[in-house]
Amino acid sequence: MKNAESLVTDEFSDDLFEVVGPREEDSERIGRPPMSAFKDSWMRLKKNKGAVISLIILIIIALLAIIGPHMNEYKYYETDYGASYQAPNQDHWLGTDKFGRDQWTRIWQGTRISLYIAFLAALLDLIIGVTLGAISALMGGKVDNALQRLIEVLVGIPHLIVVILLIMLMEPGIITITVAMVITGWVNMARLVRAQIFKLKGQEFVLAAKSLGSSNTRLILHHLIPNTIGLIVINMMFTIPSAIFTEAFLSFIGLGLQEPHASLGVLINDGFKGMRNQFYLLAYPAVVIIAVMVSFNILADGLRDALDPKMRK
Amino acid sequence: MKKYVFIRLINIVITLFVIATVTFFLMKQLPGSPFDEEKLAVLSDEQRAEFLARYGLDKPVTTQYVLYLGNLLKGDLGTSFYFKGQDVTSILVDRIGPSALIGTQAIILGLTIGIILGIIAAFRHNTVWDYSTMFLAVLGVSVPNFVFAALLQYYVGLKLGLLPVAFWESYSSSIMPSIALALSVIALIARYTRNEMLEVLGQDYMLTAKAKGVKRLKIIYVHAIRNALIPVVTVLGPITVSLLTGSLVIENIFGVPGIGSLFVDSIKVNDYTTIMGLTLFYSAFFILTMLVIDLLYGMIDPRIRISGVKE
Repeated sequence: MKNAESLVTDEFSDDLFEVVGPREEDSERIGRPPMSAFKDSWMRLKKNKGAVISLIILIIIALLAIIGPHMNEYKYYETDYGASYQAPNQDHWLGTDKFGRDQWTRIWQGTRISLYIAFLAALLDLIIGVTLGAISALMGGKVDNALQRLIEVLVGIPHLIVVILLIMLMEPGIITITVAMVITGWVNMARLVRAQIFKLKGQEFVLAAKSLGSSNTRLILHHLIPNTIGLIVINMMFTIPSAIFTEAFLSFIGLGLQEPHASLGVLINDGFKGMRNQFYLLAYPAVVIIAVMVSFNILADGLRDALDPKMRK
Repeated sequence: MKKYVFIRLINIVITLFVIATVTFFLMKQLPGSPFDEEKLAVLSDEQRAEFLARYGLDKPVTTQYVLYLGNLLKGDLGTSFYFKGQDVTSILVDRIGPSALIGTQAIILGLTIGIILGIIAAFRHNTVWDYSTMFLAVLGVSVPNFVFAALLQYYVGLKLGLLPVAFWESYSSSIMPSIALALSVIALIARYTRNEMLEVLGQDYMLTAKAKGVKRLKIIYVHAIRNALIPVVTVLGPITVSLLTGSLVIENIFGVPGIGSLFVDSIKVNDYTTIMGLTLFYSAFFILTMLVIDLLYGMIDPRIRISGVKE
C-alpha cells in the first residue's frame, strides 16, 4: 500500500500540472436563450411536414363537423321518400340515402360522434388513467397491489369483448359506448404512467430533491409530472385513433349507434349494403374516416418524435 | 422457468373463472329472451315448464351456475338457444376451420410481406422506397379493416370480378378475407422490422463483419436480419388482438362461416349460451397466446429475463 502511494507521488508530482482556467473565447460567448420544453417540442413539430398537414386536415374536419350540418336546410334525421338514392347533385351535395336523408349532413353529424369519442378517450386517459397510474406508483403497497390485480384481469380479456358484453347489457347507443370506454379505456395509460413513475422514483434527482427538503406536492408538480408528460401525450394521441375505430367498428356490426342517428360506422355499413348501385354512399364516409384516422396517426407519430427525440428513428 | 409457467397457468385459470362467472351473471341480467315470447305465450303452463326444463332454465340461478361450471370442466359449453338442439361445443368445432384457415393465411401473408417491406425500407433508408413503405404502413394501421374489406370487395370482387365476392365455396373464397385481415399485420410488422433493422445496422458488429470482409448478402442474412427479427416477437400480441377483432367483422362482410361471424350473429339473436361459450373461447385463446409469446421471448433472446423467475 505504501509502495503504491509513493509510486504515484513519484511519477505524478504536482509541478507536472498547471491550472488551465476557462478558455478565453468561450468566456465571452453568448449562448442560446433558454427554451422551455414545450416551445422546443413545438418547434420540432413545426418542422415535421406530415404532422403539420395532418393537424391542418384535422382542424378543417373539426370545423366542418361543427358547421357542416348547418350548411344546408336538411336535418340528419329528416327523411324524404320522394328523393331517395339521389346521386350527388346541387341540392344534395353528397347525394341521399335510401330514406332520402341528406348524406352531407349525415356525414358531418357522424364525424361529430367520432370526434366526441376522440375527445372522450383522451379525457378518460388523462383523468382516470394518469390518476390511477400515479396513485398506484406513489402509494405502493396494498393500493398498488389491488389496482394491479384489477388491471391484470382487464388486460386478460380482449377489450372488444368487454365492450360487447356491456353493450348487450345496456341499450346500444352513445351512452353505452361511453360507459364501456370508461371501464376499459384507461388501462394502458395507467400501466405506462405507473411504470414511468416507478422508474423516476428510484432516480438520483428525486433523491436529491427530497434531501434538499422539497415537499411531496413540489416533487409531483416539478419533478414527476414534467418527466411523464411526454409519455402521457404520446400515449393519449395513440389512444384516440383506436377509440374512433372501436366506435365505428361497433356501429358497423350493428352494436353501436342505431338509426336514425348517424355515425361514420353506421354510414359505412349503410353504404356497404348498397355499394353495388350507390357506391357514393360508401365512398364519402370511407374517405372521411380514413382522413381522420391517418391524420391522427401521423400527428401522433410527429408528436412522439417532437416530445421524445430518443425514440426517433 | 417451470415455476413461472405454473404461476402463469394458475393465473389464467383464475382469470377464466372470473370471466365465466361475470358473463354468466351478466347474461342472466340481460333484457330480452332468446325465445319468441309470442309463441311461448301460446303454450300451456305445463308445456312452458317442460320447455324451460329442457334448457335447464327452471332451476334457481345458483344451481344453474354450479351446473354450468361443472359442464365447463367437462368441455361442455351448453346447448345453443338458437341453433335447435345443438351443442355450443360442436358448433364451435364446426365453425373453427374457416376462421383458422383465414387467420393462418393472414399471418403468413402479413409476416412475409411485412418483413420484406421492412428490410427494403431499412436498407434504402431515407429514399423513396423508405418513405413509400412507411406511408403504406401508416395507411395500413389507420384504415379500418371493415372499410378496407368493403373497398376490396367492391373493386376486386365486383368491378374486376377476379375473386368470389362472398360465400364459402372454394379455396378462392378465402383469399380476399385473408388479404383484408393481413393489412394491419403487414403494416405493424413492416414498421417494426424497419426500426429494428435500422438499430441493428448501426451496431459495431456490423462494421466488424464488413471490415473482416464478409460478403454483403451474408452480412444481411446472418447478422442483420436475425438480430433485427428477435424483437418483432413483441408485436405478435397486438397482431393477435387485431386478428381476433378483425375476424368478427371481416367474416361477416365476406360471408365466411367462421367463429367471428357466429359471435356477431349470436349477439344479434340473444343466443346467450353461444355468447358465453365464445367469450370464454376468445379469452382463453387470447390469454394462452400471450403466455406463448412471453415464453418465446425468453427462449429467443436470453437477455430478456422473465420477472418472477428468481423467487
